[in-house]
Amino acid sequence: MAAASASSVDSPRISTLILQRKTLAIGLAIIVVITLLAVLAPLIAPYAPGKLSIVNRLKPPSATWFFGTDEFGRDIFSRTIYAGQLSLLVGAAATALAATVGITLGLVAGFFRKADGIVSRIIDAMMAFPDILLAIALVAALGPSLATVIVALGVVYAPRLARVVRASTLVIRELPYVEAARALGVPTWRIMTRHVLRNLVSPILVQATFIFAYAMLAEAGLSFLGVGVSPEIPTWGTMIAAGRQYVGQADWMTIFPGLAIILTVLSLQLVGDGLRDLLDPRLRKDL
Amino acid sequence: MTDTTQTTQQPDAADILLSVRGLSKQFSTGSGPVKAVEDISFDVRRGQIVGIVGESGSGKTTAGRCLLRLVEPSSGEAIFDGVDLFSLPEKALRAYRRRLQIIFQDPYSSLNPRMRVRDIIGEAIDTHGLAKGAARQARIEELLTRVGLSPEHARRYPNEFSGGQRQRVGIARALAVEPELIIADEPVSALDVSVQAQVLNLIQELQRELGLTMIFISHDLTVVEYLCDEIVVLYLGRIMEQGPARSVYANPRHPYTRALLATAPVPDPTVRRERVILQGDIPSPLNPPSGCVFRTRCPHAIAACAETVPTRETVGSGHSVACIRQAELVETYQD
Repeated sequence: MAAASASSVDSPRISTLILQRKTLAIGLAIIVVITLLAVLAPLIAPYAPGKLSIVNRLKPPSATWFFGTDEFGRDIFSRTIYAGQLSLLVGAAATALAATVGITLGLVAGFFRKADGIVSRIIDAMMAFPDILLAIALVAALGPSLATVIVALGVVYAPRLARVVRASTLVIRELPYVEAARALGVPTWRIMTRHVLRNLVSPILVQATFIFAYAMLAEAGLSFLGVGVSPEIPTWGTMIAAGRQYVGQADWMTIFPGLAIILTVLSLQLVGDGLRDLLDPRLRKDL
Repeated sequence: MTDTTQTTQQPDAADILLSVRGLSKQFSTGSGPVKAVEDISFDVRRGQIVGIVGESGSGKTTAGRCLLRLVEPSSGEAIFDGVDLFSLPEKALRAYRRRLQIIFQDPYSSLNPRMRVRDIIGEAIDTHGLAKGAARQARIEELLTRVGLSPEHARRYPNEFSGGQRQRVGIARALAVEPELIIADEPVSALDVSVQAQVLNLIQELQRELGLTMIFISHDLTVVEYLCDEIVVLYLGRIMEQGPARSVYANPRHPYTRALLATAPVPDPTVRRERVILQGDIPSPLNPPSGCVFRTRCPHAIAACAETVPTRETVGSGHSVACIRQAELVETYQD
């Protein structure tokens, strides 16, 4: 979101700029394909994700079942693309939440000495817990549901962003251009957004892609452990969890949802890298 | 002294734009308080340029920052046009921000890399609501032209400029709010020598045309000599010598000033100057020497220098020196 507004400032051919960057173009292409597959799952999927067919259980991948079938004869391909809906939703929503909370806390902590003591202590305390443990605790406390998983992951990953933002804020607020703004009498909130936040777009984006990836993995982990969304709902995590018992006889049950996770995470990283280059005017020679 | 000091230069109070009295700044560090600036007083008259000179670590930058309240001073006052800037609350200070501006040393970190030149200058205009729409646009172009850039530069990012050009943008930003006093903190020391003169000329030109009052901070005495009307020599946060530039250059009375002058190249090969080479570095402000802070590096230091903190002695009109031996040393200074 921040990315779009920062880069669209009178640059005439944003599409050309993107296409010039291979990693960004490839990453975006994969993300778009994955998102389309997930969103259009009802149209694309050859079978309903919950359709049982006991006679066809544990069939290997073939022309009929692209990714094979599971222990109940459900089509893995259909389930994988349906599962993408939830996995992407959880990842995106958790990242958005983590970004909102983390950026606000980080800016406040980096800018106001007094707030810093308290905020930094809380951040440290939260980061002392392993991610998944804290998420489990939060989900357990709030009661398992899709919304709780999102909130829990958002809360768990907010400190990562807060820390990055705080550290960079501490550096930037001492730079002469911030001093120049203060000498001009520019209000603090505007210094925070225009001078500090705008220069943090790259680290925030990079961190956000990581968090998106982590959140998806964590959601898979929570589902795998049975504390996430209900096991009947297909997510890549619940699918891998289910496939675990059959990994010797039907490894496609775990491989395909696993590949989906890897591909999504990888493309997110490519997009993050590419955007970082695109948004850095020092690397932008073509304007 | 020279005959020029014959004319009475009674400072006219109405003439003084900024009067700094007893400015001190202490930083508290893990290993104790550091007195970066200690009891500095000087006056800046309208339309004049006051030079603050000293090595790195002499507190000259901190002093400048304090005057703009970019660093909160520990004590003292700065009477600007009848108002003490140091006692103003942040809100009231905002109105004064327009009247005092700063030009920074580093032309790279003083411009936000993600803002176009028009936004950098525009921010100054917007903050004080000076112009809108077409007038704002025209003002930005006028400022760019004024500092020797062209209006087309407005849409560029800072990274598309050279150091000298960036410094011009920084100057345009400072001028955008039509300030009365500009603090120039080593504005040319980060630039290539070939560009330094151009930027110095620009500063001087602007100062004359706009009738600006300036505080020019520098470690380079030749630059200060060229520009300034008054000089304040700082060492370890204390004033060693101050006075009218001509008088200080013609008759440097403090051993430190003499040492600084000795390091400056003289364009005339027939002029023989005493060679004073300072040994060692400026002492740690954490643990400053007793008595006179300069005594550890002073070629003329005697035991008494460690005992007494030298007071300011007047040696000419507006020219004063903080050295207990200045009177006896003056005889040895015959070049």
